[in-house]
Amino acid sequence: MGGYVLRRILMSIPVLFVISVIVFVVIQLPPGDYMTTIQIQLQSLGGLTEAEAARVADELRKAYGLDKPLYVQYFVWIKNILTRGDFGFSFQYRKPVSEVIWERLGWTILIASLCHLVSTLVGIIIGIFSATRQYSVGDYVATFFAFVGLSTPSFFLALVAMYIMASRGIQPGGLFSQRYLLAPWSWAKFVDLLKHIWIPIAIVGFAGTARNMRVMRGNLLDILHQPYVLTARSKGLPERTVVFKHAVVNALHPIIMYQGMVLPFMISGEIVASTVLNIPTAGPMFYSALVSQDMYLAGSFLLLVAVLLVVGNLLADILLAWVDPRVRYD
Amino acid sequence: MLLIHTLSEEREKQYLLEVKGLKKYFPLTRGFWRRTVGQVKAVDGVSFSIKEGETLGLVGESGCGKTTLGRCILRLIEPTAGEVWFTDREGKRVEITKMSPEELKGIRREMRMIFQDPFSSLNPRLTVMEIVGEPMQIHGMAQGKELEDRVRTLLEMVGLKAQHMRRYPYEFSGGQRQRICIARALASNPRFIIADEPVSALDVSVQAQILNLLEDLKEQLHLTYLFISHDLSVVYHVSDRVAVMYLGKLVELGDTESVYFTPKHPYTEALLSAIPRVSHKEKMHRILLKGDVPSPLRAPSGCAFHPRCRYAEAVCAQEEPVLQRVGADHYVACHFALELALRGVEADVCG
Amino acid sequence: MIKKNVAELERGKSYLQLVWRKFKKNRLGLLGGIIIVILGILALFAPFFAPHDYYRLDADKAYRPPQRIRFIDANGKFHWRPFVYDMVMDVDPETFSRIYREDARKPLYIRFFVRSWEYKILGIRSNLHLFGVDEGSIHLLGTDRLGRDLLGRILHGGRVSLTIAFLGAGITVVLGSVMGALSGYYGGFVDMLVQRAVEVLQSFPQLPLWMALTAALPRTWSSLQVFISMVIIFSLLNWPMLAREIRGKVLSLREQDFVVAVKEMGGSNARIVFRHILPNCLSHIIVVLTISIPELILMESVLSFLGLGIQPPMVSWGVLLQGAQRIEVIGLYPWVISPCVFIILAVLGFNFLGDGLRDAADPYSVRRA
Repeated sequence: MGGYVLRRILMSIPVLFVISVIVFVVIQLPPGDYMTTIQIQLQSLGGLTEAEAARVADELRKAYGLDKPLYVQYFVWIKNILTRGDFGFSFQYRKPVSEVIWERLGWTILIASLCHLVSTLVGIIIGIFSATRQYSVGDYVATFFAFVGLSTPSFFLALVAMYIMASRGIQPGGLFSQRYLLAPWSWAKFVDLLKHIWIPIAIVGFAGTARNMRVMRGNLLDILHQPYVLTARSKGLPERTVVFKHAVVNALHPIIMYQGMVLPFMISGEIVASTVLNIPTAGPMFYSALVSQDMYLAGSFLLLVAVLLVVGNLLADILLAWVDPRVRYD
Repeated sequence: MLLIHTLSEEREKQYLLEVKGLKKYFPLTRGFWRRTVGQVKAVDGVSFSIKEGETLGLVGESGCGKTTLGRCILRLIEPTAGEVWFTDREGKRVEITKMSPEELKGIRREMRMIFQDPFSSLNPRLTVMEIVGEPMQIHGMAQGKELEDRVRTLLEMVGLKAQHMRRYPYEFSGGQRQRICIARALASNPRFIIADEPVSALDVSVQAQILNLLEDLKEQLHLTYLFISHDLSVVYHVSDRVAVMYLGKLVELGDTESVYFTPKHPYTEALLSAIPRVSHKEKMHRILLKGDVPSPLRAPSGCAFHPRCRYAEAVCAQEEPVLQRVGADHYVACHFALELALRGVEADVCG
Repeated sequence: MIKKNVAELERGKSYLQLVWRKFKKNRLGLLGGIIIVILGILALFAPFFAPHDYYRLDADKAYRPPQRIRFIDANGKFHWRPFVYDMVMDVDPETFSRIYREDARKPLYIRFFVRSWEYKILGIRSNLHLFGVDEGSIHLLGTDRLGRDLLGRILHGGRVSLTIAFLGAGITVVLGSVMGALSGYYGGFVDMLVQRAVEVLQSFPQLPLWMALTAALPRTWSSLQVFISMVIIFSLLNWPMLAREIRGKVLSLREQDFVVAVKEMGGSNARIVFRHILPNCLSHIIVVLTISIPELILMESVLSFLGLGIQPPMVSWGVLLQGAQRIEVIGLYPWVISPCVFIILAVLGFNFLGDGLRDAADPYSVRRA
């Protein structure tokens, strides 16, 4: 077991390295940089001539080290992250990236995890319900909603939510009402948060629930026809025991196995939903950073999310190896 | 007429296939660095030869290395060491293990294989026509109409209806599938065929049909077989000579009658005693071997069979016996080959 | 009597025939297939189904609501020929915003197979349209901000959305199959490389990486360049899932006797991989294809909706929804989100189809069942 864990950890180091390189390259891909944006602004709004604006932009480039060769910029960036937790400077917010990103990323992960939790629980329960009552009205309704859930883009649900909120006079967007925005934490503020946060959770969780329900239903149906379940029934065990003790436990395996893939799915959904609803999480931040080429901010977000997933998968694999010894000898 | 006669006599003396000291060791890796912690000696220094037109039976328990040996001869698995000499169509002796891939492709026409499991050895996505025609396509032997005619002939030769050639394997029974496999093996006009347990996956009633078919084809097409099987009564029927394998080594080799009637190795004796008998003329004297087949990873010292041998003495655990001649065409690897009086089978037992 | 050999050949059912036989029994799957075919035809022959030129701007018709198809007129009289009422525009005297109302005095009868504006499909010029009205205009799904017919634009946008998904999924399948087969068949160093690449690509959350890559496309590029780049990006990021599945399948097939048999008869590696291994992975390929296409439709719509994907003047379903980003627009002109209905229909259709195909894709197994 120790050897397996060590090997898995060592194997993820080159993966993390390649990921960081890819992130850096992707962020560098667009022609020009943030200074180009500033240069254009200076020309059009500041009334500078092209030469003057270009000179200012070059000076800024020098100040932020953007004039150095790419690989130097990359190593400086990574070195600062690893040694000082410094992710670079966000030109858009005029603050270090680390001051901007953590809180927003925290909200994103919180919402994504809550979605994950809710959709897993609800999905499994509906899946069991559906599979044990195959071809009943309830099964058809659940299946219908599952298909719709899988087929509806999350931004559409966000638009609908926005429409409903607007028509009821609720100000869409944000995680808090105006008066709690700067208030210290209190019970009332928490309740206010719940009033806002369920909307993105419901939007993003819908598709996840649908997925889990389909997987659970399919597996449970397969397993309910296995010989050992038949044996359990023929022993005269009550149906409840047969389903829950013999079938459900084994049908859960695929759901556990694909947990690693769920979080990125939820994060993707969260980004879209909060960008549309303008909830101050990492979603809108990442979007505007991309559009305005705020490279360190966009890159740091990509990097952090990818690292999170690598670590998550690592933990999931170790957990799986601990539960199922066969995996270790893969 | 005379010329042909002398030529075939010349061939008679020549070996079609000669295997010398063939070895296949599989490395065993463990741990984080995947270091080699041991070797599985699946085939460990096997030598034998087969004359043209002869059938050599290769028997042994499952896991003794029979299949690996067969696949090493055809280089479907790369052998670790040893030589395989084959006399090709022009009478030239060639060394299979030293061949380049191009040379090997040429020789694959002449050496073919029939697999054990007729269910997994046919591609379910291809029609019988495509399956049987494939070797001819690969070797550029026929195309189009000619190919189709040839497939038709082959199918009829193995006892299948030619009008079924557009069907898929799943529409045939096990025995029929094995006939398809045989037709495929014959398609390239081979001279040597390794039949790896060709009937053990089939119902007993079908086994005899397939064995007879193989016999007939051998006569008709002047084939030479290496017949691998764990079933001693099947081997008795088809083989001119028999080789007995235990833990990657040959322990006894000789013509079928002498090995079956007067075995010289205790392992052969035990195997023979296990053949099911119908007649009650003699009392059952089945020899129950002690323990299991040892892991090839940790083969016992000296004679590999000694921990299970009821005649074993001190020397057996220390010295490895070599294959020595004990009769006209009879070789045994046992320290006490000449002293032990072992029981074979009665002539009528195998039918 | 001479027997005719060829005539009496009995043909077996091939893999695809078996899949079809099983698939036919799945009603939901068939429904999905029908939805896809209809959407495909609508998109392919978009101009034929569009009564008005969807590129023509008409400021006088901005944000016109959909007209209802009627059989009974304002006087309660039944007409055999369906008709719509013409729309007239008023200006609200207080807010100065436009108000459209139906003009019950002017019924516009719907004519079928009419000749009006000229278009080109697959290089053939025509001016034939499925339906139209003699005078005035008919907008069954209303118009957009610039007064363009939404129905026509949705059908036209379907071309881009569906093409991106099909092309992206197609290239994904080719890439994934080849990479998976190479990795599984050759093993060793190649396998190591492919495996690590898969691992790296699967470690990224899909959407953010897609957003970053499409955001990186130069603004100066033409819509066609952006379109092609998006297809390439989709397939480059999407192949690992299939590659991983195919690799596993190849690893098990490689040991199967029928593959060993090809080696035994002297067949080349290319023959083994392309004639024997990949065709046996077809069920996996079908499954991944039916998962990928709807995923790509959704992904394209999200990216284009956010303004990172397809750029106007090219139209896709996502681009059409860009106009619906602001809450005021949705509140006042709810019909602008109708492209979403087509997205949902298409994805739903593919999900139904995929579910049916997944069940049918394994009509028999390689081993004894």
